[in-house]
Amino acid sequence: MVRDITLGQYFPGNSPLHRMDPRAKIVLLVAFIVFIFVGQNFYALALMTVSVLAVVVMTGVPAGMYFKSLKMILFVILFTAVLNLFYGSGQVLWQWGFLRITQGGVNNAIFIAVRIASLILISSSLTFTTSPTDLTDGLERLLKPLTVFHIKVHDLAMMMTIALRFVPTLLEETDKIMSAQKARGADMESGGLIQRVKALIPILVPLFVSSFRRAYDLAMAMECRCYRGGQGRTRMKQLHLTAVDVWAVVLTAAVCAGVILLNIFMPSIWA
Amino acid sequence: MPILETRDLTYIYGANTPMSKTAVDHVSLSVEQGEFIGVIGHTGSGKSTFVQQLNGLLRPTSGQVLLKGADIWAQPKRIREVRFQVGMVFQYPEYQLFEETVYKDIAFGPHNMGLDEPEIDKRVRTAAAFTGLKEELLQKSPFELSGGEKRRAAIAGVIAMDPEVLILDEPTAGLDPRGRDVLLSQIMDYHTQRKNTILLVSHSMEDIARIADRVLVINEGKVAMFDETARVFARGQELYQMGLRVPQITQVMMQLRQRGFPVDAGVLTVEQGLREILRLLGKEGVTRG
Repeated sequence: MVRDITLGQYFPGNSPLHRMDPRAKIVLLVAFIVFIFVGQNFYALALMTVSVLAVVVMTGVPAGMYFKSLKMILFVILFTAVLNLFYGSGQVLWQWGFLRITQGGVNNAIFIAVRIASLILISSSLTFTTSPTDLTDGLERLLKPLTVFHIKVHDLAMMMTIALRFVPTLLEETDKIMSAQKARGADMESGGLIQRVKALIPILVPLFVSSFRRAYDLAMAMECRCYRGGQGRTRMKQLHLTAVDVWAVVLTAAVCAGVILLNIFMPSIWA
Repeated sequence: MPILETRDLTYIYGANTPMSKTAVDHVSLSVEQGEFIGVIGHTGSGKSTFVQQLNGLLRPTSGQVLLKGADIWAQPKRIREVRFQVGMVFQYPEYQLFEETVYKDIAFGPHNMGLDEPEIDKRVRTAAAFTGLKEELLQKSPFELSGGEKRRAAIAGVIAMDPEVLILDEPTAGLDPRGRDVLLSQIMDYHTQRKNTILLVSHSMEDIARIADRVLVINEGKVAMFDETARVFARGQELYQMGLRVPQITQVMMQLRQRGFPVDAGVLTVEQGLREILRLLGKEGVTRG
């Protein structure tokens, strides 16, 4: 039940995406996300969607994993799409009282649904192909310039690494505590809203207590290994840009250029 | 009629995926009312998955669990009632404590059963007495207790539901030797007084040998042995191949036998071993100086 959450789960493999430098992946992901929202017409949107799907296929991660992460926010997608149906102008397609669906609304709904889905897919492709440590390593490097503003980039990256590292542990712990309380007759499936929130207390309290205990243990273990923050710390694994990264940058640039050209030469649907 | 029975019980993790793993494989067995069963198995043998199906925490992939002859999943909506009858104490149960006071925490189970206050009070006090929790601890916060006391409080929380069948998953793990002995004796006393059925999962062969009537050996999700304790531990070589062992004293007696001393092979406790050796020495006419 709780284990179905796949967001942020690394799926080991040897695809081009797996071999890329995490820094390149993060930068290109940002580019992709921006350009998913830049497209102003169906042609540009289609180009982005096809590119996203191509990336997804290239990762070699089973499609089921992607479906799982989509399923999690299916409700959000549907909700926003339905909401968008009723906003917009243009030719009226259907009317019932004050509810009105227009051609513009339909376009909006399609755009928002496809954009959110692409967003999730492309983000998942990053987290599926990058181990949490690589991911934070890459982030730390990319954010390094911020140290000029006295931002403790290393500490932030370490916090993120630890947080990511403990997600599966906490999920497992939650499962265990839930089972233990269910064994004592805790009822989590029925009752009204207040009863359901109350039913969470027997799970949340032990979970908090054990998280604090873990935090103390981890802090102790880190100190025992002489951890003292990022200053003067060297890395066992150095990040290097390789040919794969160059290709990825070139291809992404081509896709982005394509989107811009389509925006210029094709009419915008909001025009 | 057996109190608890399983028929071709099978549990597959991630069924219908490439990563599917059969944790429990066609287990059929029955447990009689009032028995004390020891459950042993190598880490990852499927014993935890097996016991979690007995009170409906996990729903079997196929097969049945029968409690007093009735399938526990006949009415999935009423599975809670099964959980009140088959109590389950998890490994390191102290991590499930959450209430403001020990008293309230022990009362959580009985409260969920919908009992009235006087009955709950009676049950909390009886359960606390069984596990040796002092009266004055009941009004303390569970987080102020020592490790051993927390363990007792958590076990009392399950005993307070007064289950027909009590399953304990490694109740003594992580306790000091004296704590282990005391807790085990208390479980034993509870069993003799309450006359209910107990399944005890343990990695300590000494503990199992001391208190179990019958031993269930699970290996790779299957029932490897299910027999009287002495008989199971007499098959030391097979147990060894499953990554298990026999109690040290049983090992000693087996070695003595191998060297030609006619001692009984079914010795399970140090006291029995002592008696056996003294008997032998007496027969040979050797007295201790």
